[in-house]
Amino acid sequence: MISFHAPEQDASRFRRRVLVAGAFALICFALLASRFYYLQVVKFDYFHTRAEDNRIALLPIVPNRGTIVDRKGVVLARNYAAYTLEITPSRTGGLEQTIDGLAEFITIDARDRRRFRKILEESRSFESVAIRTRLSDEEVARFTAQRYRFPGVEVQARLFRDYPQGASATHVVGYIGRINDRDIERIEERGVTANYRGSDYIGKSGLELSYEAELHGTTGFEQVEVNAGGRAVRRLSSTPAVTGSDLELTLDMELQKIAETAFGDRRGALVAIEPSTGGILALVSTPTFDPNLFVEGISTQDWKALNDSPDHPLLHRAIYSAYPPGSTFKPFMALAGLTSGKRTPGQAIADPGYFNFAGHRFMDDKIGGHGMVDLHKSIVVSCNTYYYQLANDLGIEGIATAMAPFGFGARTGIDLPGEAEGVLPSPAWKRKRFRTPEQQRWYGGETISVGIGQGYNAYTPLQMANAMATLVNGGKVFRPHVVRHVIDSRSGEKRVIEPDPIRQIAVKPEHLAAVRAGMVGVNKSGTGRRAFAGAPYDSGGKTGTAQVYSLKGSKYVAGQVRERLRDHSWFIAYAPAENPKIALAVLVENGGFGAQSAAPIARQVIDYHLLGKRPNEPAPEDVEAEESAE
Amino acid sequence: MSDSPFHPLRLLQAFFRPIDPILILIMAGLFGYAFVLMSSASPERLDSQLTHMMVAVAVMWCAAWLPGQRLLSFAVPLYLLGVVLLVAVELFGEVSKGAQRWLDIGVTRIQPSELMKIAMPLMLAWFFQQREGRIGWREFLIATMLLAVPVGLIVKQPDLGTSLLVTAAGFYVIFFAGLSWRLIVPVALVGIVSIGSIVAFGDTLCQPGVDWVGMREYQKHRVCTLLDPTQDPLGKGFHIIQSTIAIGSGGLSGKGWMDGTQTHLSFLPERHTDFIFAVLAEEFGLVGALVLLVLYLALFARGFVIAAHAPTLGMRLLAGAVTMIFFTYAFVNMGMVTGILPVVGVPLPFISYGGTALVTLCLGVGILMSIQRGKLVNKH
Repeated sequence: MISFHAPEQDASRFRRRVLVAGAFALICFALLASRFYYLQVVKFDYFHTRAEDNRIALLPIVPNRGTIVDRKGVVLARNYAAYTLEITPSRTGGLEQTIDGLAEFITIDARDRRRFRKILEESRSFESVAIRTRLSDEEVARFTAQRYRFPGVEVQARLFRDYPQGASATHVVGYIGRINDRDIERIEERGVTANYRGSDYIGKSGLELSYEAELHGTTGFEQVEVNAGGRAVRRLSSTPAVTGSDLELTLDMELQKIAETAFGDRRGALVAIEPSTGGILALVSTPTFDPNLFVEGISTQDWKALNDSPDHPLLHRAIYSAYPPGSTFKPFMALAGLTSGKRTPGQAIADPGYFNFAGHRFMDDKIGGHGMVDLHKSIVVSCNTYYYQLANDLGIEGIATAMAPFGFGARTGIDLPGEAEGVLPSPAWKRKRFRTPEQQRWYGGETISVGIGQGYNAYTPLQMANAMATLVNGGKVFRPHVVRHVIDSRSGEKRVIEPDPIRQIAVKPEHLAAVRAGMVGVNKSGTGRRAFAGAPYDSGGKTGTAQVYSLKGSKYVAGQVRERLRDHSWFIAYAPAENPKIALAVLVENGGFGAQSAAPIARQVIDYHLLGKRPNEPAPEDVEAEESAE
Repeated sequence: MSDSPFHPLRLLQAFFRPIDPILILIMAGLFGYAFVLMSSASPERLDSQLTHMMVAVAVMWCAAWLPGQRLLSFAVPLYLLGVVLLVAVELFGEVSKGAQRWLDIGVTRIQPSELMKIAMPLMLAWFFQQREGRIGWREFLIATMLLAVPVGLIVKQPDLGTSLLVTAAGFYVIFFAGLSWRLIVPVALVGIVSIGSIVAFGDTLCQPGVDWVGMREYQKHRVCTLLDPTQDPLGKGFHIIQSTIAIGSGGLSGKGWMDGTQTHLSFLPERHTDFIFAVLAEEFGLVGALVLLVLYLALFARGFVIAAHAPTLGMRLLAGAVTMIFFTYAFVNMGMVTGILPVVGVPLPFISYGGTALVTLCLGVGILMSIQRGKLVNKH
C-alpha cells in the first residue's frame, strides 16, 4: 500500500523528527558532560595521583660501601671506580650478535661470557648486566666510537670492592658478592628491602656479612620525571645516599701477616686477643684464599679449586673448627681443682706413670712417671696422671660446671658469622647428642680422658684463646670482637664497640696466680722452653697435642703415621707474664706435638707484638720437641 | 561605488556569498581549537594539518557554491563510484594493520569507505526525493538495501568504525524520511537489551575460548577491553586507562597548555589523532571540554535549523543526516576516549589530525551551506 502525504505534512513531521534528533544529541552530550564531571571533578584526586605515579619514578642512588681498616689504618677493604661495559638484553637486537660484535674490538673471553650468562640467568631481563668490567681508557674510547652500532650497550662508571690485602685476613674481612635469592629472603626478613633497591652486592662472609647493616649505607633516592618508555626526562628532587660506616678493627694487620707467614704452608689457626678488652689482634686461618675472586662472581674453575681442595681453604678454622684441646686443657683443670677445693697448690701426688681406672690403665707420656707431682709441676711437665686423678675426683659434672664459665662449649659471641659451639662433654650433652640409651650412657673412663683434654672435648682456637685471656685478666670473660670502632661516614663520629665483659668468674687471685706460675714455668723449663729460649720477656704457655688417630696403649710414633693422621699441635700462651698484653691460641693441624709446630709460631707472634721483631719467614718446626718435659 | 559586476568589492562579495557566517564562525572556533591542541600534542604535524585544513576549506567552499538541487544530482554517480571502489579495495587493496582499507590510485592512497560517509546520505536523500509523496514500506526496504551493500563491503575490510558511521549516516536519512516508530522502538529496545546483557555477562563472554558470531577477534577484544580495561593494562586496556587518567587529572581547569604530563611524556597513545580529546581535557580541564561541547552543539543547532528550513525533501534529509553525522563523530569519539564506548577508530571531528576525515567533514559543512543558500534563493 502506498501512502500519500501532503508536502506540508511531510515538512512538519520532519521538523518533529529533527526535534527528536536534537533532543537525542542533547541527552548524549549531557551524558558526556556528566562523564567529564565524574572523571575531572569527582575522581580528580584519584586520577591526579595516577598521573603523578605515571610521571614520577623514584630511582635509587646506591650508597658507597664503608671501608674496613685495621687498628693502624691499613686498608683491608675499599672501593674503586672503574668502567664496565653493560648490556640490557631486552634493548639489543640480538644478544649473541651484540656480544660477538663487541668482541671484535674489546677483549671478551670465554670466562666473561660464562659469567655474563650466569648473572643473566639470575637477573631480570630489563636490567643491564656487565659483560666486561674494569675497561681500560682505550677500550672505553674504542667502544664510544662504535656505540651507535650497539643499542642497549652502555659504558657505566661503577664502584667495585677491592681487598688490597689479597689473601691476608680473608676469613676475617670476608667478601661481598652479587645478591642472590637467599640474600633477598634475608633482606626481606630484616625489613630493609627499600634500602637495597638498586644494590647489586651484599656481604657474603666475614665482617662484610656481620656488619652488613653498618657497611651498606642508606640508599638515596632521586625523583625523576619519566616518559612512557621509562626514560628519565628531568630531575625533580633527590635525597643523597649516605655512605656506609667505616670499620676500624682491633686487628693489627702486621701482626696478622707475621702470624700468617709463620704458618708457612701448614694448615691451622691462630687467635690472638688483647686480654684487657677482648679485642682480637690477629685471627688466622690457613690456608686462605683471595676474596677478590668472589666479588664479580667466582668462575667455576676457581670455585672448584677452592671447594674441592683437601686443605679446605674456605673453612674458617679459627672459629668454626673444633679440636680436642689436649694438654692445653690442663691449666683450666688445675684451676677447677683449686676452686673446688679438691686440690691445693702444694698438695702432691705420686706418679707411677699410669692411672688405673675400672680395670683400664691410663698411661702417662713418661714411662715410669714423673715422681712426686704438685700443681706447679703438673703443668710444667704436663703430667697426665695428675689430671687423671683430678678428673676422677672432680667427676664429669664437676668438670663441666667449672669449665662452662670460661666459655668452653659455647659460642663466644664474636662479631663474625659462622662460629661453632664446640663440645664441653657432660652426661647431659651425651644425652642430647646420641640416640640410643647405650650411646647416651656416660662411662667413668670417659671422665678420665676428658681430664687431659681428650675424649669428646672439642674447642675452637677462638674459644681456647678467649679462655686463655680470661685466665690472665682476672677471670673476666669478654665477648671477643674484631671491630673497635664503627665510624659514621657523615659525622665522622666513632661508635666504640665497647669491651663487653659478659661475666666475671669467681676465682681467687691466689689460685689464678698458682696456675699462671705453672704456665710461666712451661715456657721457662717445660715443654715451651725451647720455643721461648732467649726471650727478653717472661711469658706463660701450655702445649697440647690433640689425638687424631688413637693408637691405644702403644707408644705413638709420628713418623710412622701418614701426615694427615699426625696429631694436631696446640699451644696457648700469654705475655708478658705480669700484666699480659696478648693472649693467644695456636693450632697446627697434623703438626704433631704442641711444642713442635704451634709454640714456635706463638713465639714469633709474641716477639712482634711486644718487641716489633719481624722474622718474615715461617716459624721453624722443632723436630726435637717433646710432649712432656722434666 | 561602481555597479560593475567586476568591481573588486563585488567580486569579494560574490566570493563569500555561499559562506554561511554562523557556520564559518563555529568552524573558526573549532579550527582554532584544533590549532592550539595540535601545537601541544604534535607540533611537528602542525604544518601538514594546516595544509589539510586549507584543502578541506576549499572543498567546503566548492560544495557551498553548488546549488542545493545540483548536489543531489551527484548522488547516483558518487554512490556507484563508492561501491565500485569498495569492490576494488576488496580485490586490490593494501593491507595495513590487519585490515584492507586503502586503495593506491597512483597519486595518493585513498580510503573509499570514507567517500561513502557522504555518498550514502546523498544517495538516500536523492532516492527519497524521487519518491516524495509516495514513501511507503517498499521505499524503506529499497533504502535499507542501498545502505546494506556498501556497509557489508566495509565490514568485510574489516573497519568497524567506518561501517558504524556509514550505517548511522544512512539510518539518519531513513529516520528523517519518516520510518515508523513501530519499527524503530523495538530495534532500539533489542539493541539496549543486548548491550545491557553484554555488560552484565561480560566476564563470561570475554573468556578466551568464547566465539562471538559475526565479530572479529579484535572487535571482541575492543568490547571486552571497554568492559574491563584493567584486565590488560599494558596491552589492549592501555589506551583507555591512560586517556581516562589524562582526562581525570586535568581537573576543573586543566594543567595548562603544553603542560599535560600524560600528553608530553607519551603516556597518551594516539594523542594527535583519535585521542586528542584527552589532550584537551588534560590541558584545559572540564572548562575546556565543555567549551568544545558547546561549539559542537552550536554546529548541530545551526545544522538542524538549516535542515528545518530547507526547500525540498531531499535537502531536508541531507542536511539533517549530515548534522547527525557530525554528532555521531563527536559523541562516539568522546565516548570512546572517556571510556563509555568501545575503542573504534573515529576521529574527533574537525580537531583530530588527518586529511581524509577533515575533507569529508568539511564537505558536509559545505553541503549545509549550499542548502542554506538554496533556501535563500528560494525565498527571493
